[in-house]
Amino acid sequence: MPGMGGRMSTVIKAKISRLLDRAEDPGETLDYSYQKQLESLQNVKKGIADVVTAKKRLQMQSQKLEQSVVKLDTQARQALSSGNEDLARVALERKNVAQTELQSLDQQVTELEAQQEKLTDSEQKLRAKIEAFRTKKEVMKAQYSAAEAQVRISEAATGVGEQMADVGLAMQRAADKTEQMRARADAVSELEAAGTFDDLTTLGPGQDDIDRQLSELSSSTQVDDELAKMKAELGSGAGGGESKQLEEGQGS
Amino acid sequence: MIVRISNEGQYRVDDGLQGRLNALDDAAVAAVEADDEDAFNAAFEELLQVVRTQGTELEDDDLDASDVILPPADISFVEAGEEFTGDGLIPEPAESAP
Repeated sequence: MPGMGGRMSTVIKAKISRLLDRAEDPGETLDYSYQKQLESLQNVKKGIADVVTAKKRLQMQSQKLEQSVVKLDTQARQALSSGNEDLARVALERKNVAQTELQSLDQQVTELEAQQEKLTDSEQKLRAKIEAFRTKKEVMKAQYSAAEAQVRISEAATGVGEQMADVGLAMQRAADKTEQMRARADAVSELEAAGTFDDLTTLGPGQDDIDRQLSELSSSTQVDDELAKMKAELGSGAGGGESKQLEEGQGS
Repeated sequence: MIVRISNEGQYRVDDGLQGRLNALDDAAVAAVEADDEDAFNAAFEELLQVVRTQGTELEDDDLDASDVILPPADISFVEAGEEFTGDGLIPEPAESAP
């Protein structure tokens, strides 16, 4: 077929022929390739476990960020109700950054979930094909001479090899996604380590630079809007309740 | 003809559909060459849809090898540039071959 020059087909065919070439004794090929198939199934299981672990780590990080968003929002209200608008603005800027990170994390978790689903599906197909191969192999071995069985089964082995390559591709894509997410998660960890989402009342000297960078990161219009909205809410709300909340917040 | 959509499944497609699939495949190649992402997405999505809707999905334990392997549906335009080149992925139908 002259048109089949696609890189994917070429790569997959090369992989399959390497797999089949490895056993030199025709009689051994069948058992050897079955053994290889089982090994690759183990690798797939490990690959799926890695994806799940990465996802869980991100989900935990996402929960922490959610808590930070709530905390920073509360602190902004507290700061505003005690007349410290500058501190309220800083808190809202940080909340803004945390929210942006949160959205991005959640989206990546969703994408990773989709990859995991495809990987699991491909693994199930591989498992079914390996089982079918095992049955076919035994039938062929019983009915034909080793050399003849070898010929008859090699096409079946190609079918399994193709599914193996497909799982390999799904694993690669999930791994790429996990790697991207790791980078994102590390960036969030750095922000956390720098105290970005910490209690603002514990802010020490030397935070000015972080604040400057954060105000660049967060949309000032959004912060202004939110500040105005918060002011309006506080203005119409009961002052006593807010100051009680402030004391609780400072105590924590 | 058996067509695999990577990370999705294998479909048995009537040989009579090869001309249509090949035309979509060529359109995808042309879109990649023209650096037209929208046109590529349209051609590739239709290519996948024809296979999915006109083809019959193979059982999981079917050991037949595919004649054509299509990239996964979520392929990026950059990745597509490595796949859809020259004659594309679908062989030219026999009657139009020299």
